Amino acid sequence: MLKDITLGQYMPGNTLVHRLDPRTKIILTILYIAIIFCVASPLWYVIPLAYILLATHLSGLKPKNLLKSIKPLRFLLILTFVLNLFFSTGETVWLHWGILKITKEGLVTAIHFAMRLVFLVAGTSILTLTTSPVALSDGIEILLRPLKVIHFPAHELAMMMTIALRFIPTLIEEADKIMKAQMARGADFESGNLLKRAKAMIPLLVPLFVSAFRRAGDLAMAMEARCYHGGEGRTRLRVLKYTKNDLWAALITVATLIVTILAGKWIA
Amino acid sequence: MPIQIEHLTHTYMPGSPFAAVALHDVNLTIEDGELIGLLGHTGSGKTTLVQHLNGLVKATEGRIVVDGLDLTEKGVSLLEVRRKVGLVFQYPEYQLFEETVAKDIAFGPKNLGLAPDEIDRRVRHAMQQVGLDYDTIADVSPFDLSGGQMRRVAIAGVLAMQPKVLILDEPTAGLDPAGRRSILNMIRDLHAAGGLTVIMVSHSMDDISTLATRLVVMSKGELVLTGTPREVFMQQELMQSIGLGIPQAAQLAHALRAEGYDLPEDLYTLDEVRAAILALADKEVR
Repeated sequence: MLKDITLGQYMPGNTLVHRLDPRTKIILTILYIAIIFCVASPLWYVIPLAYILLATHLSGLKPKNLLKSIKPLRFLLILTFVLNLFFSTGETVWLHWGILKITKEGLVTAIHFAMRLVFLVAGTSILTLTTSPVALSDGIEILLRPLKVIHFPAHELAMMMTIALRFIPTLIEEADKIMKAQMARGADFESGNLLKRAKAMIPLLVPLFVSAFRRAGDLAMAMEARCYHGGEGRTRLRVLKYTKNDLWAALITVATLIVTILAGKWIA
Repeated sequence: MPIQIEHLTHTYMPGSPFAAVALHDVNLTIEDGELIGLLGHTGSGKTTLVQHLNGLVKATEGRIVVDGLDLTEKGVSLLEVRRKVGLVFQYPEYQLFEETVAKDIAFGPKNLGLAPDEIDRRVRHAMQQVGLDYDTIADVSPFDLSGGQMRRVAIAGVLAMQPKVLILDEPTAGLDPAGRRSILNMIRDLHAAGGLTVIMVSHSMDDISTLATRLVVMSKGELVLTGTPREVFMQQELMQSIGLGIPQAAQLAHALRAEGYDLPEDLYTLDEVRAAILALADKEVR
């Protein structure tokens, strides 16, 4: 029952976008977010739209993949839209009903904010769809390395991320097994009120924690046995290298950003 | 109360691209008081089969009747099923969670809704059945015990529900030889005390050959062979073709027969083989 959960949405591939350096992809994603926030009016979303369509095309993804990532956000999206629609102030009143009123400006703002949310999520999901979790944490580690001067543990953070991702499926399998074992002893996880159900989780959670700690201990031991001693002086198996493609991707993104800013200035 | 399994088929995630047939058309009847050894290679469907008997996994097709209770019928009381059939999982010590041994063993009976004095009686009885001393161990945390003792506590937790069928999935996995032997002896004693049908899943021939009254052999989700250990171990080729092999003593007897020594065909325990070889040697000397 618990096994059906899929984690991470990485879709393996060998396209231009997949092959980009993870560092590039992380930075470009941040730039992309900047682009979204520079869009001045709903109409100008055509610029980021063109940008993500290009990226989607080059990465071999389908627009369906991006739309799927928006799905969990649908309630937030509706809420944003409705709140902005009814509670924005504006001059051209179209409809008045009690304290609620719909104005032309309100509608524009509502569309604007809803679009912003959609574009943010859809665009950034290209990063997670085309970058494996391991590459992602590698990229984060290197990007955060300069923060070492303020004693920020970049390597440790990335290592923890990698280990956590690695163990999620293991723990899910374990939880499934323990759940079955307790059900065989007559445990009931499905009926009763909230308090009763929370209490019923104890026979699941205690063994799960015990085993997680045991695994953590074993893993630490195994890592030490292979001379792991933190990030100091550690070389890597896969050395990240920038290529020409990274440069092109960066140029296109920066150009898009400039166009977006200029477009905003031009209508103002 | 026999167990009847008719045309049981189980498919994991049917209808999805990940669909996999775990069990295919399994037919099996188990009589009262048998000690069944369920053999099979990893992934042969043993664990899936025993989880069906306890209602943890639902049959895709077919019928399972335990003590007159049809598990495949809609609306069957799962608690009733689990009262009848006790299932001890692989590495059962990882399911312990309570503060004390006694409380952990009481978890099952409590879920059955029994009265406190009945629960206490059952906890004491179950501890005695698995060879744990109530006075010294009942109030100890189960996490302070040794691996072998923890496993006994976990088995006691299932026995305290007083099932009529006890299923043990790889009960000796990961134990040292002494722990292994003592768990096997415990199972033998439990069965000898009467009234309990035991199904033991294993892939160790040597464990199971001396214990089971009947063997059931599975391969790739299908039941391929069933019979007394003597009957099953005569099928050396079949057993080897499904990656199981036969007990070492039987292997030796087969090898000697292949060399032309006149040994009976159906030997499988060490004592039998030794006696037969000595008898042969006596004959040669004379």
